[in-house]
Amino acid sequence: MTGPGVAGQETGAYGAIPRKEDARFVRGQGTFVDDISLPGMLHGAILRSPLAHARIISVDASAALAHPKVEAVLTGADLAGRGLAWMPTLSADVQAVLATDKVRFQGQEVAFVVAQDRYAARDALELIAVEYEPLPPVIDARTALAEDAPLVRDDLAGRADNRVFDWNAGDKTATDAVFATAEVTVGCDMVYPRSHPAPLETCGIVAASDAVTGRLTVWSTSQAPHAHRTLYSVITGLPEHKIRIVSPDLGGGFGSKVPVYPGYLCAIVASMVTGRPVKWVEDRSENLMSTAFARDYHMHGEIAATADGRILGVRARVLADHGAFNATAQPTKYPAGFFHIFTGSYDLQAAFCEVTGVYTNKAPGGVAYSCSFRVTEAVYLVERLVDLLARELEMDPAQLRMRNLLRPEQFPYTCPTGWQYDSGDYPRALALAMDLAGYQELRREQAERRGRGEYMGIGISFFTEGVGAGPRAHMDILGLGMADGADLRVHPTGKVVLAVSVQTQGQGHETTFAQLVAHELGLTPDDVEVVHGDTDRTPFGLGTYGSRSTPVSGAAAVLAARKVRDRARLVAAAMLELSPDDLDWLDGKWRVRGDPDRGAGIAEIAMAAHSSLELPDGVEGHLDASAVYNPPNLTFPFGAYICVTDVDPGTGEVTVRRFIAVDDCGVRINPMIVEGQVHRGLADGIGMALMQAIAFDENGNCLGGSFMDYLLPTALECPSPELGATVTPSPHHPVGAKGIGESATVGSPPAVVNSVVDALAPFGVRHADMPLTPANVWRAIQGRPVRPDLAVS
Amino acid sequence: MKVTLTVNGTEYARDVEPRLLLIHLLRDELGLTGSHWGCDTSNCGACVVWLDDTPVKSCTVLAVMADGRRVLTVEGLANGASLDPVQQGFAQCHGLQCGFCTPGMMLTARWLLNNNPHPSPYQVREAISGQVCRCTGYENIVKAVLWAAEYEAAEHGAAEHGAGG
Amino acid sequence: MQVPAQVEYERAGSVEHALTLLARYGPAARVLAGGHSLIPMMKLRLAQPEVLIDINGITDLCYINLTGTQLRIGTLTRHAQLLESSVAGEHFAILHDAERVIADPIVRNWGTVGGSLCQADPSEDLSAAFAAMKGTMIIHGPDGSREVSAREFHAGPYETVVGSSELLTEIRLPIRPGGGSGYRKVSRRAGDWPVVAAGAALLLDGDVITDAGIGLTAVGATHFAAAEAEGFLRGRTATPQTLARAGQIAAENCRPVSDQRGPADYKRHLACELTTRVLGVAVARARGLTT
Repeated sequence: MTGPGVAGQETGAYGAIPRKEDARFVRGQGTFVDDISLPGMLHGAILRSPLAHARIISVDASAALAHPKVEAVLTGADLAGRGLAWMPTLSADVQAVLATDKVRFQGQEVAFVVAQDRYAARDALELIAVEYEPLPPVIDARTALAEDAPLVRDDLAGRADNRVFDWNAGDKTATDAVFATAEVTVGCDMVYPRSHPAPLETCGIVAASDAVTGRLTVWSTSQAPHAHRTLYSVITGLPEHKIRIVSPDLGGGFGSKVPVYPGYLCAIVASMVTGRPVKWVEDRSENLMSTAFARDYHMHGEIAATADGRILGVRARVLADHGAFNATAQPTKYPAGFFHIFTGSYDLQAAFCEVTGVYTNKAPGGVAYSCSFRVTEAVYLVERLVDLLARELEMDPAQLRMRNLLRPEQFPYTCPTGWQYDSGDYPRALALAMDLAGYQELRREQAERRGRGEYMGIGISFFTEGVGAGPRAHMDILGLGMADGADLRVHPTGKVVLAVSVQTQGQGHETTFAQLVAHELGLTPDDVEVVHGDTDRTPFGLGTYGSRSTPVSGAAAVLAARKVRDRARLVAAAMLELSPDDLDWLDGKWRVRGDPDRGAGIAEIAMAAHSSLELPDGVEGHLDASAVYNPPNLTFPFGAYICVTDVDPGTGEVTVRRFIAVDDCGVRINPMIVEGQVHRGLADGIGMALMQAIAFDENGNCLGGSFMDYLLPTALECPSPELGATVTPSPHHPVGAKGIGESATVGSPPAVVNSVVDALAPFGVRHADMPLTPANVWRAIQGRPVRPDLAVS
Repeated sequence: MKVTLTVNGTEYARDVEPRLLLIHLLRDELGLTGSHWGCDTSNCGACVVWLDDTPVKSCTVLAVMADGRRVLTVEGLANGASLDPVQQGFAQCHGLQCGFCTPGMMLTARWLLNNNPHPSPYQVREAISGQVCRCTGYENIVKAVLWAAEYEAAEHGAAEHGAGG
Repeated sequence: MQVPAQVEYERAGSVEHALTLLARYGPAARVLAGGHSLIPMMKLRLAQPEVLIDINGITDLCYINLTGTQLRIGTLTRHAQLLESSVAGEHFAILHDAERVIADPIVRNWGTVGGSLCQADPSEDLSAAFAAMKGTMIIHGPDGSREVSAREFHAGPYETVVGSSELLTEIRLPIRPGGGSGYRKVSRRAGDWPVVAAGAALLLDGDVITDAGIGLTAVGATHFAAAEAEGFLRGRTATPQTLARAGQIAAENCRPVSDQRGPADYKRHLACELTTRVLGVAVARARGLTT
């Protein structure tokens, strides 16, 4: 089972091998940030605003400072004295580190206590007196642009309202023309509610500043350690070469560990102030209330078609709630992420979307929660619209999709908003999913059950993802191009160390990347050690999010390995006293053409390169190589999902009975890990569709601030998924792989919602917003749907 | 306040504040960082350890309540170098990704199998329903526990066969 | 992680010892049983007792006994023990129905029956179950013990009639032939508090309902009970129409409030729906038609 290529569909080192990293995790020997303890380490705690919007009159920390175990207290005024009260966000806005003028959301950071232990730090928070003058908050995004709306960001010069941006994509004129003449148009309002990635490990940091060497060492929960290093340098003025970021084992991330958060900076400053290491780890309420929200899109979508079901165009108008600071983590050029991939998987004539971002008195964030930069919202919109169209036309939704899916011969395909899909065979994937599901039989069963007064739903979604950001002509984050490096060291005995810029949060990089390199060099994955998560030991790159590790960093690793292989050819030729042209790479070795029993593998060649062998031209001594990969395009994984639900209309309870998922992510390096990624995303989608949402009451109180209120699915809500695969290689990736980390999160929510709405069709329900809690389902049946972003009333 | 407890077979005595949570005694005082915490409200189960003979959420137990009792954590699951079948199952079946929930999940799985050596998939799901995993969608955790059950049944069968023969 | 404020700690070795400690510390003390309601509240600093009196050492409060006409449950009985108890399940299916959906298996290992009752959360499951079964609570105090009906045990949200120098020690449930019971909860997810839950315990003589107990939680029902619906059922034939009408009466007489688990109108609907359904289950069980 552990041999290369035994269990997998590929030859060489690819295949479903167990993970190398598991040895430490099953023994409880992982090292997460809160596991790190340094001599003399202090503990930080953050005092947060209880109010959503208020002016700060005074902050008095004298009683806290008098606590015998308190070493320091930082306030906004202290940070302002260092020029650090505000920091840049990932979207070119600024965010308060510790509030100086106003608090702008409930949970905003107001003061930072540093004490000898975590219990004392927490106690001391109660000794800080803050006087607030409450201000009316902006809670409902739909009223944020009203003339009388309070101004959230009066700190920004020249800002007269709560508008963050207006942005659009596509051809408005052409789209309006299509809609004006279409035989059928259908529209719908839908909310993708505010959500939170909620990795099981919250965010945290241990900051150790050394006044003598001027070095700052940071252990933190970071999906992007190199980007964090650059950001810390820019923010603090510390020279970048004096900063080392270590991202140890991460207990999940899902996008939430991409940004730099105020707590990190507070810990860094506190370490500088006290001269001692300072640890700060969020509690769960802090995590849910102040860092990393996602989604919060209020959308109106429309779809136009012919009477016989030919889709012609889509258009959308979106109101995006960005909270108090625009801290969205995504490529700079796209304020709505990749939302304009909302044309989906269909062959249509025209599309246009416009997005308006607004400030509200809610937590900042807008992270890519396994959503590939708003592809989740886009897919949800178009897949709900297609189902609405099917209902309008009284067509089977599978048939309608099959009729309109892009055909294999249309690839590479440029969609009406400009994305160039690299490869795909969509009808094959949908046909496979329908086959696995027994689709026609399910429809027959549904009809039978309806006759008996039982409500079963069948929901389909077909998605196209865009992952692997990204081409540097279009994509950067704060001016940093989205390329990633790989360094490969080949030791004399042929063992290899690969250093990469990306950082796993559970995706299994130590295994998959070892397989990638082993595959190229005729080695086993055990011959390859993967180093990551330490900026002193790895090349620069932008990190792991948006399913970019295999598409970008994986490609860099492969290119570095191929450089090693090319150099090994020269050495092998010298060893065998032949011309390099006489050698072929075959079955993991350079072999003599016509005499394949003669040849040399990487281990022998590496030793020779280090030996007294007279080195050929082009070889300086050893086989080490580096590469930086600039992706020419995104990769476009896709999939067809079918969800079967049972709904109890008397109680509103939804049971997900089956989930069939066919994914195509190109070549699969480790199919076991790929399937694990899909399992995760399906659970995520079920969670978002059925229970995960963060609402706010009229005063701006967060109503999802703990795991009692922000519900995550358990093993009892998640079905045993039925997976299928098709393989359509990416034509531009070195091994034909595409990203997979987020496909299921993107694809599954509309399948669940389509299924529940399908179940409720006999009640005349045509749409219901997530989360489809029992209450929301029952209210949908009553024709009185709830607003998922506000307090239930 | 003095507290004496046996963790993974080793007796420890510490002087602690009565409010100290068991999870913090284990992690901060005893250096056993394999047990994690993930919430404040007894919902996530990352902190599950055994107190005497049953798994509990150690973020909701005071250290002083464990006085005179036995605690089993992930660090005590293996028998020396030999992994518990549950640990083997998790690695074999890709029952973990980030590894953060894994110690608690494995301790519950061990308890389940001690009481029910042949659980159904539903019984496994029910047993772990107070513990959150954000990575696996639970599917491979269920498979891992069933793998361990089968492994132990085979071992048991082999032992019986050996004894009889 | 959130942590409790400073607190003193005493360990009680017997009921008498616990009562002595309670008398010594007065209202500043809280009894610590499983702690699975109290400790989270302390971590969130919504509860800040000065002293905890740990009763986990009083092992003789941990029992489930059958005596002639009563099932007696010691206050320190863990939820898991009640769920595993065949004698409890045999006489009161409602107990197993309810315990199966209280929190999760790990919490049930350590959380106690008495602790849940004394926390007196308005959404607590066992309060409704014991109300349906018309149980009796035994409370020990400095002057001996007293009995309080389950219907009089709660003084309001998070409040019981157990005084600051008293200890709940036992719950007694009357066993009567011809009975059937059940419990049904709607929650947003496994392990969550109920949106609404209903329990029923019926006595049947042939098809006639001779006594009815209906418990409701999370809908603001007085003493977790639906007294008006019970009165309606008594003496009537157990037809689907009768049970449905009882459900309506239960819904009309509760006072649900909207929260993130659901709007008040939905909760009122559920009070009707779940009462009707669980009455049906209780009737079927009384007739021996289902387990």
